[in-house]
Order: sequence, then C-alpha cells, then structure tokens
Amino acid sequence: MTVFVIRRLLQSLLVMAVMSTLVFAGVFAIGNPIDILISPDATQAEYERAVRSLGLDLPLWEQYWRFLQNLADGELGISFVHHEPAIELILQRMPATLELAAVALLLSITVGIPLGLWAGLKPDSLAGRSIMVGSIFGFSLPNFWQGLMLIMIFAVMLDLMPAGGRGETAVFLGIESSIWTLDGLWHLALPAINLALFKTSLVIRLTRASVREVIGLDYVKFARAKGLSERRVVFVHVLKNIMIPVTTVIGLELGVMIAFAVVTETVFAWPGMGKLIIDSIFVLDRPVIVAYLTVIVVMFIIINLVVDILYSIFDPRVRLADVGA
Amino acid sequence: MADPLLVVRDLRTHFFTRTGVVKAVDGASFSVNRGEVLGIVGESGSGKSIAGFSIMGLVDPPGRVVDGAMTFDGIDLRALPDEEMRGLRGRRIAMVFQDPMMTLNPVLRIDTQMIEALTAHIRIGKADARARCRDALGMVGIPAPEERLSAYPHQFSGGMRQRVAIAIALLHEPDLIIADEPTTALDVTIQAQILYEVQNLVHTRDMAMLWITHDLSVVAGLADRIAVMYAGRVVETGPTEEIVERPLHPYTQGLIGSVPSRSKRGSKLRQIPGMAPSPLNLPEGCAFRPRCAYATERCGQSPADRELLPGRWGRCHHPLHLAAAGRPELAKP
Repeated sequence: MTVFVIRRLLQSLLVMAVMSTLVFAGVFAIGNPIDILISPDATQAEYERAVRSLGLDLPLWEQYWRFLQNLADGELGISFVHHEPAIELILQRMPATLELAAVALLLSITVGIPLGLWAGLKPDSLAGRSIMVGSIFGFSLPNFWQGLMLIMIFAVMLDLMPAGGRGETAVFLGIESSIWTLDGLWHLALPAINLALFKTSLVIRLTRASVREVIGLDYVKFARAKGLSERRVVFVHVLKNIMIPVTTVIGLELGVMIAFAVVTETVFAWPGMGKLIIDSIFVLDRPVIVAYLTVIVVMFIIINLVVDILYSIFDPRVRLADVGA
Repeated sequence: MADPLLVVRDLRTHFFTRTGVVKAVDGASFSVNRGEVLGIVGESGSGKSIAGFSIMGLVDPPGRVVDGAMTFDGIDLRALPDEEMRGLRGRRIAMVFQDPMMTLNPVLRIDTQMIEALTAHIRIGKADARARCRDALGMVGIPAPEERLSAYPHQFSGGMRQRVAIAIALLHEPDLIIADEPTTALDVTIQAQILYEVQNLVHTRDMAMLWITHDLSVVAGLADRIAVMYAGRVVETGPTEEIVERPLHPYTQGLIGSVPSRSKRGSKLRQIPGMAPSPLNLPEGCAFRPRCAYATERCGQSPADRELLPGRWGRCHHPLHLAAAGRPELAKP
C-alpha cells in the first residue's frame, strides 16, 4: 500500500508537469491580456511599462521557466487584475465551491442510492418505473435551465428561497462555512439541488443497473437459501457489492462537480472558484487560470487516490500493491 | 415405514415470459425419506434445478409455482407464509449450489457469511457462533479452520469453496439438503472426496438428501433411489440398482446407454437421437415421443404416472423389461 501511494504520487508529478506545459502554452495562445488590462488611451510608455512589469516582453520559454521557478517556491503567480497571489484568490473562493459540491454530493448519494435500490428491487412497480422516468429528466434537461426553473419556482413565484448569493458563514471545527448557519443553508439549498440533480439521476441509474445485475447471482440466492432476512440480503449482500461501481463513479463525479460547478455558480451568483475562473477567462488573467487548473488537477489526483483506497476496502479482491496503476 | 420427509406431488412451476409460458416443471412427483439420498437425474433444461428451487420457495420472477403439493414433515410448503418459509430455509432445509465460485459473496469474509447463517435462526453469542463455524469447517475437511474463517472467498480454491458451502448448509443440521449438481464444477478427485463425505453425513445423521444432477454415473454410486426427469416431468422413479439394471422408460434406457463403461470398451456409444424439446413448445402427450424408438399413436396422449412394478413408478405407455419381470400385461399397447 505504501509503495502504491508513493508510486502514485510520482506519477502525479509527471501528470502535473505535462498539464502545466499544455496549459501555459494554451493560455499564451489565446490573446494578449494587456489590451484588456490597461485603458485604451494609455501612452506607449505606460503600455510598455505594463508589459515589462507583467513579464510579458520575455519569450515564451523564459516566461515558462520563470513560472516553473515560482512553482518550485509554491508560487503560482500574481493575478494581473487583482494584484494578489493567484493561489490565494483561489483558496479564498474554494470553501464556497467545496461546500456546494459536498452538499450536492451528499444529496445525490442519500437520494440516489435508496431510489436506485428501490427501482432495482421492484423494476416493474409503478414507483420503480416513475423513478426511472424521473431520472431521465434529471440528466437530459440542461443544467442551467434546471437552475433557472428552480429560481423561477422557488424564488420568484413562491418567494420561499433566495434567488442567489451565499448566506452568512460561521466557524465550526475550524472551518468557515455557510453550512453552519440557517441562513447559509437556506441560500445553499437551491444551488446544491441544481448541482445534485444530474448526479442523482446518474447514481439512480447506476445503482439500479448494478442491483439488477447482482440480484440474479448465485450468492444472493445462496444468502436467501441460508434463511437470511430480506433486509440483510439487500443491505449487506447486495449493497456492499454495488458500492464498488457506485464509489468509482461518485469519486470521479466529485472532481467533475468541483471543477465544473461553473454553470450553477453563474446561475446562482455563487461566489465560488467556478465564477472566479469564468471572470478570469474574460479578462485573460493568465496566472489565475493556470493556478486554477493546477488546483483542479491536484484535486483530481487526490480524489482518484482516495477512490482507489476505498476500492480496496469495498472489494477485498483488490490489493493495492498489485495494481499496476 | 414412516411417512416420507418430503413429498412432492404433481409440482408445476411455470415462467411467464414475453415469448410465452415456459413450463419448466410440469407435473413432477417424488418423495424422500430420512436417511435416504434421492437422485434427480435429467438433461439440462429438464427442470430438475427449478424443482429444487421450488421446494426452497426461491423461484425468481417471472417464475411461479402454479400447481401441485409440497409437504415437508407434515408442513404444506405452498401455504406457508413467507416469514415461516424463511425460518425453514437454512435451518431445516438447506441447499448447496452448482458453482462454488459463485455461491459465496466475494466481498464478505467467510466468518461473516457463516455467522449470519447462524444468527438468522438462533440467538447465539459471537464467540460461540465462531466456535461452531470453526468446527463446521473442520468437519468438511478444511485445514486450519480458525485462520480460514478470516479469509475471503477468493482465497479459496473451488473445491474448498464448495466445502465451505456444504459446511454452511450443515450448520443447523438440517433435515433435508437439496444439492444442485454440487460436484459438477470440481475435479474428479475432489468430487469423489466430497461425494464420500456427503454420503457419510446423510447416513450418520439420518438426513434426507435430494441430489440433483445430469450425471447418471455420479448418482448411481450415491443415491438410494433415482427419479429421472424429462421435459419438466418425472418419467421414472425407483431404487437405483433396479433402474440402472432394468430401466422401464425408454428415456432412462437411452441415458444409461450413453454413459461410457468398461464393459462396452471399443464399441460405439449410443446416443439418444434428436434434441430435448423446448419447454416453450412441448409436444402433445409424452414429451419423449419424437425421440423414442417405441412410440406409437397412443403416445399422443400423456401417459399417467403409475406403479409399473412394486416400488417403481413411471410415465410410459410402452415400458421396457416388463415381460421379463412378470408383468407383460402392462407393456401391451
């Protein structure tokens, strides 16, 4: 296991190196941020000073070399727009996105797995069919439209929930988050539901398919032949087996959810990383874009590692040292 | 003689599929006594496994027991409420499956899977339960049972897994064990060991056993009596030796003829012509009629189950060997 983790971390460094090169080249290619940053009526002297102060006059390879040097010191550059370290900007916004993603993930698991189990165990019942039809809507209707509809119904027509923004935050267990206050939860509800809808549908369909597959296998029949209660058969024998595929997908989807909460954050004016990256792309704030992507890649690497470790807990046949990862 | 432990009369289990009603079991009758092994022999698709699952009340939808009677130790199994049926399963009627690689749950440890079988039926402390499981593993010949209890199924070979499954089936010392081709997936040497041990257990503990198999040569050395199934029906029952030596039903004769034996070395094996009929579309009357060398027009009507010789029942209009047995009148058309 230790060997596995070390090898995985080394591989991750390689992934990071490749990613940073691609991102740096890609961002460099999309335009000159100076045109956006300084006012159009600036003099030539002012223009050149700005270019030099941002290091944009250097050739690409030298800019990249500087970037790598800074990276080694844990620096990801200074935002062109905010004149603050890019990584700090991102870390400031990260809790908002993380709490949104975490609550959405929790929702999709606690709603998706039970509904999927039900639909898998009673595929021909009215409830089972309704769940499946509902899940089709869940992931075929566009996410932004679902968000707008949630705002329309709950904020505008019924006037029950706030239409956007993050509520009050409080510090608990050393974490500052809006999930510790009622007002915070109230603001969080709609965006979290919006972000969770797609994942819930995915979890439902995946759970149902896994249940249908496992329920006909001999070991489930044998468990019944032992005289076990239906509850034990479903919640131990079936559930533990379907957790293997479900964990994989949920793990990967968590990364996706954090990285691409952009739509939900934009619709609900949620002050998270997604909104920051969109704003930064508009003004070509290169350091922030690069730093954001670095953070996201690190996050994916960590999530994949955790999923692999969870795998070995759910499936005893997986021994991490043997995996050629 | 005491009443048989299990009596199955005219059992019908049908599967209601989109393409039609599959009559997997369509009139099967047999009985088993305590201390006796009944071999149920038939080709794939003859309904023998479904008959076993019907007794356990474990027929998966769209299948359903539609008719017949199953009486176990005076209890009407078909009228039994689900919860009481669950109480019988594993405790008084146990089952061993065909494929040992698939019988044990891959993600649960052996001790979990054994102890839950105990606690499903009785109140027992953790340490006592573990001790009982360890003894059960030792009894079926698993070395170092204490350590093996903490292992996962994938750490066992097929033969060892089947021993674990048998140990689980024996935990509550059931009155009846239904074994659905339990040795088919095993090596011949392991098969012989397990057969020997099972036979021993049945006789020393006065259990009854249903041994479901397609392999006549396995069951011939094991079973006290045999029931031959064809297309969902029991076509012949009787003591093993008599059936092997003087089969009454032409299908049984065909089965015996297709088993290789030493005395027939060098000669061509006889096989039954044609294929087993699809249970979706069974022929009228005797289902074996299209493949039978003795078939006449009369076989277009379904033959009744009748006692052809003392202790030997069969469904055939033209049973064999009856003249030699002194009952020529039954053989006449």
